[in-house]
Amino acid sequence: MTATTPTPAPPTSAGVRGNKKTKPRTAVRRPGWITYGLLSAVLLGSVFPLYWSILVGSWDSSVLTRDPMPWLPGGNFFENAARVIDTIPFWKATFNSLLVSTVTALSTVFFATLAGYAFAKLRFPGKGPLLVFVIATMAVPTQLGVVPLYLVMSKLGWTGSMTAVIVPALVTAFGVFWMTQYIGTALPDELIEAARVDGASMFRTFWHVGVPAARPAAAMLFLFTFVMTWTNFFWPFIVLGPQNPTLPVALQTLQAAYFVDYSLVLAGAMLATIPLLLLFLFAGKQLVSGIMQGAVKG
Amino acid sequence: MATTTKSRKNGTTPASAEARTPRRVGFSQKLGNWDVKVAPYLYISPFFILFLITGLFPLFYTAFVSVHKWDIILGQGDFVGFENFAFVLQNPDFWKALRNTFSIFLLSSVPQVIMAITIAAVLDQNIRAKTFWRMGVLLPYVVTPVAVALIFSNLFADQSGIINDWLGAIGIDPVRWHADVIPSHMAIATMVNFRWTGYNTLIFLAAMQAVPRDLYEAAVIDGAGKFRSFFSITVPQLRPTIIFVVITSTIGGLQIFDEPRLFDQQGTGGSDGQWQTMTMYLYQLGWNQSNFGRASAVAWLLFLLILVIGLINFAITRRIATSGGKR
Repeated sequence: MTATTPTPAPPTSAGVRGNKKTKPRTAVRRPGWITYGLLSAVLLGSVFPLYWSILVGSWDSSVLTRDPMPWLPGGNFFENAARVIDTIPFWKATFNSLLVSTVTALSTVFFATLAGYAFAKLRFPGKGPLLVFVIATMAVPTQLGVVPLYLVMSKLGWTGSMTAVIVPALVTAFGVFWMTQYIGTALPDELIEAARVDGASMFRTFWHVGVPAARPAAAMLFLFTFVMTWTNFFWPFIVLGPQNPTLPVALQTLQAAYFVDYSLVLAGAMLATIPLLLLFLFAGKQLVSGIMQGAVKG
Repeated sequence: MATTTKSRKNGTTPASAEARTPRRVGFSQKLGNWDVKVAPYLYISPFFILFLITGLFPLFYTAFVSVHKWDIILGQGDFVGFENFAFVLQNPDFWKALRNTFSIFLLSSVPQVIMAITIAAVLDQNIRAKTFWRMGVLLPYVVTPVAVALIFSNLFADQSGIINDWLGAIGIDPVRWHADVIPSHMAIATMVNFRWTGYNTLIFLAAMQAVPRDLYEAAVIDGAGKFRSFFSITVPQLRPTIIFVVITSTIGGLQIFDEPRLFDQQGTGGSDGQWQTMTMYLYQLGWNQSNFGRASAVAWLLFLLILVIGLINFAITRRIATSGGKR
């Protein structure tokens, strides 16, 4: 919810229902080189801007005016990176980004699993309309409430602190919906009933039966929330000062100088991207399957 | 943070207290009943409480602020009725921002959907190293828009930018990517497309894989070629997914801020406001001119706009959903 990204939310339409396994299509011919050519072109489009960032970030700024331009990275990256770290509060910003993303992701997973479990498996009056309400809030551009939200935060004295970024993002409608969908199909009612018959309280049942069943979806929700929070700019930019920024907010000040040194700026862009590239290296597969599972049918 | 611990405690106390009492009919059963009745509401309450405080309340309070004089430091001033709205609606900057927002939105959403479907169709074949290609497509998603904007504003530099160099190599005059209206919109839309095309490609790919394969087999038997079956089977089957992607990207796209804000150093949307968007205008009124009243007026106008477009979307979706039943 709230003042998160001004970009489309992850897929939400129905059905985390088991991704219908495509039949083994051994009989189908392997596609030809045109396919791989097209895919390579797309891949080039994905990678080139990042490569450009490394390229310019590893020379000095005169490289842009050189003719012909070198196409291999130079040796100045670490020098530029050091300048970035001197110019902006880089370590502080990295720590803040890590803190905000981790706390937000953990809390979103916890509260969304709790609510998703209730919506999917518990019976209570008003459940249907309440769930519809949750889904409807996803279409509400809450980012537009920034003015009062800012007023509230300054009244509480939270402006400039990470609390102001974390609190509005503690749980999201998307997360609740996502977990509801998953738990609805992944957790058999019999397991819950068995636990209840054995005398487990509601919360114990949730903790020992609901949570283990929800784990795969919870891991994906963690990833998406982490990435979303890490890349978020608008609200942190408004509520945080340049003294105590998150990475994107700090990065932005590199360009605000009167004279733009692009080697510095692009080295900074690369530095801020590296943590998520590492995450992508290890968890990219999960991100891919998360998007694809969430997307099946509207 | 305060809310986390608090509501977490609320969530656990009754349950764990109950768990410790020995199982005995009477008191503990009564407690159990209470547990069954209250627990569900307790579990869903964090979302609703948070949404109320940080989502719904600010949205409505925006309306209150918008009919007052309201300075960022001095705070609430006189009630001024619709004066802020009148000011905004008479200001050419507002209309320019509206135009820019729509233009950037169209330039990003339409090509994006077309590209995403095309790439998804290419991926939806029996290719080798599936995971590798899918990950390659998704890579830009993890790059923060701020970094994307910094990189692309360099690629699209008016003077000695690499894109203009390439255009020059094939005999096209340099384009003024920052100085002119439509080129600047194209450059900003390119950033949005860079980051989101892969994401949407995977959504379309998943939807394509859910299309029953026998439909294609039947088409092959009927003598349909690859392209014919793509347009006659795949695209109609994807309709709900297309609508979903369009709706989500509308809500996000109309609030675009990061990419245009960082397209140059000043962050005001160009010398003539040629790429200033609605959210940037809101920010400028509120935080540069410290006029929260006017900023709130813009927020409400944008909110209404998104609402209206959402309703139109909804109506179209319903019509398509009802008429789309027959194949």
